[in-house]
Amino acid sequence: MVELAETPALNHVKDAEGIVVKPKAEVQDLSFYYGAFQALKNINMPIADKRVTALIGPSGCGKSTFLRCFNRMHDLYPGNHYQGKIVLQPDNTNILGSKVDPIEVRMRISMVFQKPNPFPKSIYENVAYGLRVRGSRSKRALDDKVEEALRGAALWDEVKHRLNDLAFNLSGGQQQRLCIARALATDPEIMLFDEPTSALDPIATASIEELISELKSKVTILIVTHNMQQAARVSDFTAFMYIGELIEFGVTNNLFVTPAKKQTEDYITGRFG
Amino acid sequence: MAANNEQHIQEIRALIKKHKIWDKVFAIVGLLAMLVGVTTLIVLFANLAIDGAPRLLSWDFYTSFPSRRASSAGILSAWVGTTLVMLVTAISAVPIGVAAGIYLEEYAPKNWMTAIIEINVTNLAGVPSIVYGLLALGLFVYQFGLGQSILAAGLTLALLILPVVIVATREAIRSIPQAIREAAYAVGSTRWQVVHDHVLPYSTGGILTGVIIGLSRAIGETAPIITIGALTFIAFLPDSPFKGEFPYISFDWIMAPFTVMPIQMFSWTSRPEEEFQFNAAAAGLVLLGMTLLMNALAIYLRYRIRRNIKW
Amino acid sequence: MNSPAQIMNEDFSLPVSSRLAFRFSRHIRERIIEFILLLAASIAVLTTLAIVVILVYESLPFFQHVSLKDFLTDTQWTPLFDDAHYGIMPLVAGTLVTTGVALSVAIPLGTIIAIYLSEFASHKVRETVKPFLELLGAVPTIVFGYFALVFVTPLLQSTILPNLPGFNMLSAGLVMGVMIIPYVSSLSEDAMHAVPMHMREASYAMGATRFQTAFRVVTPAAFSGIAAAYILGISRAMGETMVVAVAAGMQANMTWNPMEPAETMTAYIVQVSLGDLPHGSIGYQTIFAVGLTLILMTLVFNIMGFLLTRRFRERY
Repeated sequence: MVELAETPALNHVKDAEGIVVKPKAEVQDLSFYYGAFQALKNINMPIADKRVTALIGPSGCGKSTFLRCFNRMHDLYPGNHYQGKIVLQPDNTNILGSKVDPIEVRMRISMVFQKPNPFPKSIYENVAYGLRVRGSRSKRALDDKVEEALRGAALWDEVKHRLNDLAFNLSGGQQQRLCIARALATDPEIMLFDEPTSALDPIATASIEELISELKSKVTILIVTHNMQQAARVSDFTAFMYIGELIEFGVTNNLFVTPAKKQTEDYITGRFG
Repeated sequence: MAANNEQHIQEIRALIKKHKIWDKVFAIVGLLAMLVGVTTLIVLFANLAIDGAPRLLSWDFYTSFPSRRASSAGILSAWVGTTLVMLVTAISAVPIGVAAGIYLEEYAPKNWMTAIIEINVTNLAGVPSIVYGLLALGLFVYQFGLGQSILAAGLTLALLILPVVIVATREAIRSIPQAIREAAYAVGSTRWQVVHDHVLPYSTGGILTGVIIGLSRAIGETAPIITIGALTFIAFLPDSPFKGEFPYISFDWIMAPFTVMPIQMFSWTSRPEEEFQFNAAAAGLVLLGMTLLMNALAIYLRYRIRRNIKW
Repeated sequence: MNSPAQIMNEDFSLPVSSRLAFRFSRHIRERIIEFILLLAASIAVLTTLAIVVILVYESLPFFQHVSLKDFLTDTQWTPLFDDAHYGIMPLVAGTLVTTGVALSVAIPLGTIIAIYLSEFASHKVRETVKPFLELLGAVPTIVFGYFALVFVTPLLQSTILPNLPGFNMLSAGLVMGVMIIPYVSSLSEDAMHAVPMHMREASYAMGATRFQTAFRVVTPAAFSGIAAAYILGISRAMGETMVVAVAAGMQANMTWNPMEPAETMTAYIVQVSLGDLPHGSIGYQTIFAVGLTLILMTLVFNIMGFLLTRRFRERY
């Protein structure tokens, strides 16, 4: 069993089999403000290394806002500010620290967005983008990395003969896998997924979910979803959020079967949301 | 593992530092580029002000006709001419432009005819102004027999600013939410009643902004007016529009020969004597003052509309 | 609508005939208004037609007098001299040189300003600078001409080019370039503004800097809009009249050297219009022939631009 206390223990999370998992990141007293509006309230939670953590909750609960703190996406817009810490391991860096460059954070933590958003470039250049941004010029190295990432995103076989085609010519599901390949190509430590299947049909959704389950052997994954079945299918841990607060965090199975909080139970049984 | 990680982070930091140099370089380059534009504007103004101030500040500059002697030459016929030409331009361009804008936005069916009209409006905005002058010379001056008159000049400039007025009208109308129209239709209004009672009143500010910008462009236009053969030396005023006896109004002025501010400035600029350059500078200041004021008014109006309207 | 029962349901206070008459007159009124509005809108089409017809009609006599071969190959343009030559090339060269100088100023500066305002500047800077640029674009061209002649040329003469003649294409082109900056920058900025935010987010999320995002993602994505801005800039520069008429001189000169005086097509039209211009004289005919050439050249550049950008049309 996992502790379901008000403040989950940050440094010794046990998974469903009772194995202690070390955290890849620890969220400590995190609050976030859009101007004067407080969108996140005092969140504490661990992110388990090489596991999938799902964030669920009704729309407007702050789960996407929370996710976007992890790669400092909020820094792109004026008037936003953070309080508290997200400490990345093993180097113990608070990625919200004012001295930490958001670009450094984004180089370590990549993101897949709600709607597939490939660049108006070729398939190849889309995947190579992160590498080019990091200054790599060697054609050989780029080719290898692009192939590896496309294979990792289960897209290689479909596109290997048309790497120079415009990315927009792919189907929606393929575009999203391309975005995953793009995010994968730079060997991130954490991958963030912001409702990655909400714009896709069920078949494409299934293939993305399968992909996420495969990826967790290589990388820590944090996924926002409003689809509870999806959270149950792909994640090891689940956090339930409501109006900017973390209500409950635990092993996915436990949270869905024996929720500790009344609000969690109401939400997962469909009484609101 | 930890050491490895540490090294990796150091590499990333070095890389970011290198890349961010370009951010800083470009921030400076961008500021410099804007400085070129802004500096030109300021230097141009200062240059005119230094050369033109003495003439600008003397009252008889505004009440004198052009003259062979620079020190007694003034812009009386020019500013009167500009005012009258602008009157004709506004009276003809505004109703036609607004009507065309209303048609394209509220009435036009989606068919090839509408497409042709729209393409034409876009293309006309890109036609060099001197070509309008040639059109007016061939059509208004000779075919219609209007001669080199205030009417011909006013109509020429009206054609020139028509695209500006049409585009501004369309944009203003387009920003009115469909719900307003539906509300009006729902109480039984006809299409024209919707336009007349709702669409037009709510878009007046936007249309006005476009009209002012169009007129400020027309005021400074020189080439098309020269092309239709406006004279550069006019030492008399057109017949007054107001009369002492019945019917108190006269339209004789509309067919009178004339000159306008930019032509007066051009004519002084091309004189070799230096004193005439001072007159040119002073005329330039007046012209610049008029256009800048009109534009500032338009910018202010637009700002107020944006702030006030929250659909 | 036609069944008696329905008509009865509408209004009991009026006899059927007058209600129908009201509806009929209302309908007629609506149709008349629509027709008047359509008439106003079709003035745009009529204007285009009139431009084409007048230019062709008035220059036909010219081309009966001068062969197209002479017009295009003769390198002298002296239609008002006793030894008349009708080669358009000197005027075309003047137009191309001044346009080239202007574009070499307006395109880089306009593009840089657009990228800076759209991707780098804070909201406050943007809102302060844009009205300034707008004012720059509103200055009457005759004032720019005066500025080129009275300020820029002497400035160049006293600093880097002591041998620059009083009339020259360089100062005219440079000033024209600054004048066109606002057209290029505001249209380019609109195009970049239209690139959806999620495109930028995708780039920043990969760890890109502002510079990388601006140049690797936003600018390529907005390419066809930026190209349209360039084409507008070219059209403006080719059609600009007063700056060149005042500062570049009014004597046709077959040269590609911007440091020389030369006449552009537009300046020639002004030069001839300033004199006495009897209807139907050869001078009268030439300005229409020159105007026609100008319009055709503008058209060619526009079509080229259209074909070029169509291949890169962006989709999001």
